[in-house]
Amino acid sequence: MSKLDAKIPAGNISDKWTDHKDHLKLVAPNNRPKIDIIVVGTGLAGAAAAASLGEMGYNVKAFCFQDSPRRAHSIAAQGGINAAKNYQNDGDSVYRLFYDTIKGGDYRAREANVHRLAEVSGNIIDQCVAQGVPFAREYGGLLDNRSFGGTQVQRTFYAAGQTGQQLLLGAYSALSRQIGVGHVKMYNRHEMLDLVKVDGKARGIIARNLVTGEIERHSAHAVIIASGGYGNVYFLSTNAMGSNVTAAWKTHKRGALFANPCFVQIHPTCIPVHGTNQSKLTLMSESLRNSGRIWVPKKKEDAEAIRAGKMKPTQIAEDDRDYFLERRYPAFGNLVPRDVASRAAKERCDAGFGIEANDTNEGVYLDFSSEIRSKGKQAAFGQGDHAPSDAKILELGKKWVEEKYGNLFQMYEKITDENPYETPMKIYPAVHYTMGGVWVDYNLQSTIPGCFVAGEANFSDHGANRLGASALMQGLADGYFVLPYTVSDYLADEIRTGKISTESAEFEEAEQNVRNQINTLLNNNGTKSVDSFHKRLGLIMWNKVGMGRSEQSLTEAIAEIEALRAEFRKDVFVPGSAEELNPELEKAMRVADLIELGQLMAQDGLQRNESCGGHFREEYQDAEGETLRDDENFKFVGAWEYKGDDIRQEELHKEALNYEFIKIAARNYK
Amino acid sequence: MASKFINITLKIWRQKNGTTKGALETYGLNNVSTDSSFLEMLDQLNEQLINERKSPVAFDHDCREGICGMCSLYINGRAHGPDTGVTTCQLHMRTFKDGETIYVEPWRSRAFPVIKDLVVDRSAFDRIQQAGGFVSVNTSGRTIDANATPIPKADADKAFEAAACIGCGACVASCKNGSAMLFVGAKVSQYALLPQGKVEAQQRVLNMVRQMDEEGFGNCTNTGACEVECPKGISIENIARMNREYLKAIVTED
Repeated sequence: MSKLDAKIPAGNISDKWTDHKDHLKLVAPNNRPKIDIIVVGTGLAGAAAAASLGEMGYNVKAFCFQDSPRRAHSIAAQGGINAAKNYQNDGDSVYRLFYDTIKGGDYRAREANVHRLAEVSGNIIDQCVAQGVPFAREYGGLLDNRSFGGTQVQRTFYAAGQTGQQLLLGAYSALSRQIGVGHVKMYNRHEMLDLVKVDGKARGIIARNLVTGEIERHSAHAVIIASGGYGNVYFLSTNAMGSNVTAAWKTHKRGALFANPCFVQIHPTCIPVHGTNQSKLTLMSESLRNSGRIWVPKKKEDAEAIRAGKMKPTQIAEDDRDYFLERRYPAFGNLVPRDVASRAAKERCDAGFGIEANDTNEGVYLDFSSEIRSKGKQAAFGQGDHAPSDAKILELGKKWVEEKYGNLFQMYEKITDENPYETPMKIYPAVHYTMGGVWVDYNLQSTIPGCFVAGEANFSDHGANRLGASALMQGLADGYFVLPYTVSDYLADEIRTGKISTESAEFEEAEQNVRNQINTLLNNNGTKSVDSFHKRLGLIMWNKVGMGRSEQSLTEAIAEIEALRAEFRKDVFVPGSAEELNPELEKAMRVADLIELGQLMAQDGLQRNESCGGHFREEYQDAEGETLRDDENFKFVGAWEYKGDDIRQEELHKEALNYEFIKIAARNYK
Repeated sequence: MASKFINITLKIWRQKNGTTKGALETYGLNNVSTDSSFLEMLDQLNEQLINERKSPVAFDHDCREGICGMCSLYINGRAHGPDTGVTTCQLHMRTFKDGETIYVEPWRSRAFPVIKDLVVDRSAFDRIQQAGGFVSVNTSGRTIDANATPIPKADADKAFEAAACIGCGACVASCKNGSAMLFVGAKVSQYALLPQGKVEAQQRVLNMVRQMDEEGFGNCTNTGACEVECPKGISIENIARMNREYLKAIVTED
């Protein structure tokens, strides 16, 4: 238990962060240029951290595997970013954002971290606007807001369906400024392949230059891992193709505990799977649930007729549609949290009401026709036409929808060849985000001193289910407003250390470790491609560690993944050489880590004998199919310690969660 | 829209690295689902090549939903292929006919050297951004309240449209002069349209244009190919705005 000191400051919840900041140690400006910091990943958390630490005067080295830091996967976030500004005067406050996030996470997140997140949320918006991020505005020139799941206020700021892009480009511009003045040195097309520890502290990384294949040693006084989540363990997910767990997993193997790996978010509104050569799934933003209504036919024969292509959704009468979220959860309707919406869709499809004509019939409708009519009518009235024709209502309504969600509608049409202005979208849940990650304390420091972990790569703020528009908030909060303070506190004791040599035995050992892995893969001379293993891993994970899990499915998954891992080691074929741009080699190294993590996810799911948030154990549900938590026995963060090559030997440590300021209760969205 | 399967012939640019000469190679590929994206088709080809113990084709890609700007293929003589308003990853095989021969090349421009096969080096864009593509505000969070400065919706919308650029480089690849002015014009415009960007507007445009010239991009001769091929529909009005900003800056420069 001693391994897990969360270092939560004492005091009232709303004073903790302020008091803590006031007492953290500082590094004087003249000492900062003597201190090196490595940042791995340049998404919102990484780019924000690198920019902020660069501005302070530290000597920062930032790494990304893409060809430019601007391409990190934060760019793909669509719907928005939450902040407790209460600009809409609908009763929002820091406390409500804090409360909604804890409740949305099904009471498995740390109170103090979440409150801090809510406290700094407003500053994020101020900061971004100052940087020139073009958020959506009202005609009066002030910022617009919309709603996201799990809330009853409008606190989400957005830039059409490209909010992540605009925020990342904002962070990238701040980072670019620091690269320009030489405070940050940027390493594009580089991948971190090991963490180097000297005397128990994180002192550097081993990275591979993906263009030349060169293995490089980089030393630093602190290392920040901001490498994103591990959704690609499922092969098909909304993550980018390159998103991977390697940096975080290597850190875990070097001693950092990995927390709650089984907490995975399956997003309700994605475009359904179409075929076996599909490489990824595309999200349709949660913001669409502001305007779209989710339904399936009430009658099974209608669903069958639709699947057979004999009937169109527009032919089904209003009374024959089952708006199942509105029916089951009238208080929140279509805007229930993601885990709830996903399970409800799965329940209808499992019961035979799915509308998609693929192998599994998995699909439900997201229908904009009501919104088009109502907004069209409003717009016509706004123009002074109080008896608008049907055609005019539809025209104006479609225009309104286009302005709000145009890029999403276009994206949908390009992929499916169907026009969502005329016929409802077909959607189904897909893997989207991972709440689990490297365990960190209140300072975002892992169990390895000097190794900090930020953004989706850590576990800290979202419990067992993340609310929509909160990932962007957390990434920027960690990078802009938390790490600059807490990393400095750690570095205050390093001002006398001096430059860290890369010629030590520790660097030598880590480099050799990387070289051995590369050589083993390239000389394996197996018969099967990397992708073939990745797809098989994905199927095991989706079927057995997916939206519904059971003791039996998880036990089977563990055995199957172990067998897959052995087969991968024996029979994977990686073409090409180590001294060139070799995407197959990159993939092989990532998949090797994803396989190991997949097994740990199943083990974590198996030990957690309760249902909470995205972790739905079929044995633990109430009569209406809602999650049944076990607060008596599982109100803890489960953090795993690596114990060598056999993943079964990983040891579970528990950090008890104490709710001092929020009354813990059953989650209710009815 | 039941999916169909087609057989195609691919002529793909293969080049071992930046220092060797490249050439088009021919590959046959059967049973391509028309629902597949162009990049999924290339995945399928690579799987076939790997199974034949041949070297797979290197190409840049990441998000596969049209926003990261990483994918960058010149298909049948057009940046991102024959469809409009899409990136390569959003191009679907239903756009092609059974039996068709498809030519796939990398971006071709002096400022984007080939790294391998279809992968090019676009770091020149990053360096232009580093020269001035930002507002010089530190990340303290201690700025003014976000709503303290109202911005007319029309300006905010225009700034957003310019900011929607994904930095893919299709504009450069499509331009007969290899000009990056749509890319730079979009960034300059985003900031020039917002009050936050006005303070440094003069220095910004001068620095970004200087860096653009140093990187070896050509000049703009108003052909308009960039606008046609831009997957995000960035308007060449942004080039005009940049030229105005540049002119203003150069005549008032100290």
